[in-house]
Amino acid sequence: MSEFTIDVNEENFDSVVMNSDKPVLVDFWAEWCGPCKMLTPTIEALAEEYKDTSSIVKINVDDSPAIATKYGIRSIPSILLFNNGDVVEQRVGAVSKDELAGMLDKIIKG
Amino acid sequence: MHKVIIIGSGPAGLTAAIYAARANLKPLVFEGVQPGGQLTITTDVENYPGFPNGILGPELMDKFRKQAQEFGAETLFENVDKVDFNSKPFKLHVGDKEYEAESVIISTGASAKLLGLESESKLMGFGVSACATCDGFFFKEKDILVVGGGDSAMEEATYLTKFASSVTIVHRRDEFRASKIMQDRALNNPKISVMWNSEIVEMYGDPKEKGLESVDIRNLQTDEIVRHNTDGVFMAIGHKPNSDLFKDQLSLNDSGYIITEADSTVTSKKGVFAAGDIQDFTYKQAITAAGSGCMAAIEAERFLEGH
Repeated sequence: MSEFTIDVNEENFDSVVMNSDKPVLVDFWAEWCGPCKMLTPTIEALAEEYKDTSSIVKINVDDSPAIATKYGIRSIPSILLFNNGDVVEQRVGAVSKDELAGMLDKIIKG
Repeated sequence: MHKVIIIGSGPAGLTAAIYAARANLKPLVFEGVQPGGQLTITTDVENYPGFPNGILGPELMDKFRKQAQEFGAETLFENVDKVDFNSKPFKLHVGDKEYEAESVIISTGASAKLLGLESESKLMGFGVSACATCDGFFFKEKDILVVGGGDSAMEEATYLTKFASSVTIVHRRDEFRASKIMQDRALNNPKISVMWNSEIVEMYGDPKEKGLESVDIRNLQTDEIVRHNTDGVFMAIGHKPNSDLFKDQLSLNDSGYIITEADSTVTSKKGVFAAGDIQDFTYKQAITAAGSGCMAAIEAERFLEGH
């Protein structure tokens, strides 16, 4: 378990993601998804680097299928970037740390 | 400066890393966009020797990686974006960082082939998928299509019946090229049907709305095009080598595979070696990839000794 990512489920989704005053990067994943596991180190490194300016959260689609359905997730890993409760960016599949950092910087640094 | 840099982290790259590390070459492995390679999107691997009860693909690749690290290989979750094999030492670029190497082992493997439709790439991840094990979960009680006629099409179709209410295999010919055992497994499944002599020519849907909604399928015998509603399309029409990075640097064959000398991993550039699916258009197995990864490490070691 990483100390910098937050596990989000249907109960805390609103408080952690929708009502956050910082950008929130959401990683949709599952235990059975190989590519998701491979993305984990990237997400954790990003979470550590951006711990002061963003929230990096993980949603397990097995535990929270309603959220996955609501956002039309049909492939994982899927990354959604929320700002003020709106989805501002979406990436499906493998993605580099630089690309994710660029998405966050665009919001943080304006 | 590194003695050996390995690009790619499937069975070929990580086996090369194990051998190079044991030869004290302190290899650096760039794991790329799909760390662990294609086996990480399979389920059970039943034909890798040493695992009589099968092993999960991602688990097998974890073991490969640990074994390489155990002997001192360094692995980075980074993707090489540019190489220069005309300079000495060789130069590799990762974002704005530059790495230098005396020798390079390329094991970037292959990735799923697509139909090449614009609508297909737009809907990739939004109803179009090249990975049944990743995405099947999102198609519970849905009607989906699988495109292809080989073993992987049969395997994907069979796997997807765990979730979908119906799976239709769309195939260009009037017979499958899949092995008998895989065909039987698929064709005997009551949820699976087949559209022979057919190909998808267009896809419809909006990634921002409901994703894929329908496809046009042409019958290749009558040329008739019919629109079919569907929730998902899974591509299983084979693989293409991931060689874009090297096309101006090394000799490739017409299909994009890196050309290696017979019975070796030697490429057209001295000091650059290629192993696994990037140079193998015949066998494409985890065990053959691992075998050629071993060859590449030994050949790199000999090259460095004579240098």
